[in-house]
Amino acid sequence: MSGRKHICAALVVLLAGCSGQQAALDAAGDQAATIGDLWTLMLWVCGFMYLLVLIFLAHAIWRARHALDAEPLTHGSGSRAEHPLRMALGGWVGLIVVGLFVLSLATFFIDRSLAQARTDDALKIKVTAAQWWWKVEYEGMAPDQRVVTANELRLPVGQPALLELHAEDVIHSLWIPNLGGKEDLIPGRINSLLLTPRREGEYRGQCAEFCGLQHAKMALDATVMNPDAFTRWRQQQLTPAPAPSTPEQIRGHEIFMSGPCAACHQIAGTPASGQTGPNLTHLASRRTIAAGARPYSFEDLRDWLRDPQSVKPGNHMPVVQLSDSDLNALTAYLDSLK
Amino acid sequence: MYSRCLASLLLLGCTLLAGCERETRAFHEEAPAINDVSPTDFRAGGTPRPVAKNPQAAEYERNAFHISEGKRYYEWYNCYSCHAAGGGDIGPPLMDDEWRYGGEIEQIFSSIVEGRPNGMPSFAGRIPEQQVWEIAAYVRSMSGNAAKDAVPSRGDEIKTTKPLTQVPPTPERSEPPRSNR
Ligand code: HEC
Ligand code: HEC
Ligand SMILES: [Cu+2]
Repeated sequence: MSGRKHICAALVVLLAGCSGQQAALDAAGDQAATIGDLWTLMLWVCGFMYLLVLIFLAHAIWRARHALDAEPLTHGSGSRAEHPLRMALGGWVGLIVVGLFVLSLATFFIDRSLAQARTDDALKIKVTAAQWWWKVEYEGMAPDQRVVTANELRLPVGQPALLELHAEDVIHSLWIPNLGGKEDLIPGRINSLLLTPRREGEYRGQCAEFCGLQHAKMALDATVMNPDAFTRWRQQQLTPAPAPSTPEQIRGHEIFMSGPCAACHQIAGTPASGQTGPNLTHLASRRTIAAGARPYSFEDLRDWLRDPQSVKPGNHMPVVQLSDSDLNALTAYLDSLK
Repeated sequence: MYSRCLASLLLLGCTLLAGCERETRAFHEEAPAINDVSPTDFRAGGTPRPVAKNPQAAEYERNAFHISEGKRYYEWYNCYSCHAAGGGDIGPPLMDDEWRYGGEIEQIFSSIVEGRPNGMPSFAGRIPEQQVWEIAAYVRSMSGNAAKDAVPSRGDEIKTTKPLTQVPPTPERSEPPRSNR
């Protein structure tokens, strides 16, 4: 009884992998679809072979039960079993060779087609992984057209995007299962990954190469949006941070600029120009905090600022001691960076 | 025979476990208080005032995690721009174990927090104190003064100097350190 329940539960968990925000089988882009096709082919070929093995096994068991008193098989040339055995063996070898050949060819051609995709009209984006967050830069025609953000990747639907992959410290790997395959980010080396999204939606990328203590909390929030919305978002990201307006925000601004924060974080349009932490210019327009460690909200942001080391232990942002009112002021200021 | 085996296994286990302390990672440690530390050994005439040692501060230069974090922050807070990788630039070298303002970890802490008159900016309020201790421990390791079993044996970058584990420790000083040069 409970055995059946367990199987059901396991099935539910397994099937959940077939669709959703982070599912390789729910392709929302060309590359993921191609890889998905290869996966389906492998499933059919391997499933077919598996079925055959089971049929032969069942047959052998059935035969052993029912044919005990039949004349035992003798081997050696000229025996009665010789011919069918030889046929069966030859058949198996043939099947295996053909199966592996089909899979190798399919893998080869799919790999080629992914590598040779056209990239001349691609959107160029530089993604840099650091322990434990993603820096995302959209190259522009001119330096002042460059958008810098963190932990979020926005792509217009239908346009290929060429990601240039860098790493700051150790090897990481970028995997957005709905959009494409994995690619490593390696210090001192530039890799690239082409993604052609075809369906609007919100997806989740994740670091897929163990990179230290907070590897699990290193997610990338990926959004595929319609091209107009993307252009609007990009224009909005180009604007400098809004000036603080309420007295509380002004206080928070002062705390930020005079404290350690400004040494690590940049807020465009202010003196803060640190480069070792995420760019915070439009922090409040993101959906997550600290690479998906928390969803974005005023309270979660305040928790993070009060004690980043308990939200994400071991991450490289230090605890900065602040009084409650300073903490609220600082949160109010950052929350105004829409 | 059997029990002797067991005993040596236990002993081995204990030895291995003892090694863990070197890497203890304290994310929430209170920064050691700094009070009554002579800001400098460099004073006219008289003998240097003894440094008030802080046992908790000494923990920092015995812990591999703190030292490697210190190394990271040395870079992040841009000490490089003036002291290079320890060899010195417009700021004095930090790897030679010759100090203008004292080479104890507490004194290095003060140099960083208070700044020094000939061009060393004050980092008070700019670097959280726990990190200043980490940086100070790393600065100490450059001149061979941090615990040898805690310093990294290999850096991430190409260097012409010896790895920190091979920097000779300075002999215990009997006379006051040379402070004026
Ligand atoms: C030593 C450098 C350093 C200092 C000082 C520092 N931070 Fe950070 N901060 C980081 C790093 C590194 C991260 C990324 C942590 C992670 O996700 O693993 C981060 C993350 C953040 C985030 C989340 C960003 C995102 O994209 O989700 C916010 C908000 C933030 N810091 C605000 C502050 C404020 C406010 C201060 C001052 C009280 C401050 N930081 C001080 C290094 C620093
Ligand atoms: C703007 C350049 C500059 C920067 C940045 C800087 N220093 Fe200095 N530092 C100096 C100068 C110049 C001196 C010598 C001051 C004097 O002799 O009065 C000095 C002195 C020191 C001393 C005292 C040396 C002694 O002999 O007693 C220490 C320790 C030190 N710096 C550590 C650091 C650390 C750690 C950082 C990074 C957090 C840093 N410095 C950043 C310029 C700089
Ligand atoms: Cu990782």
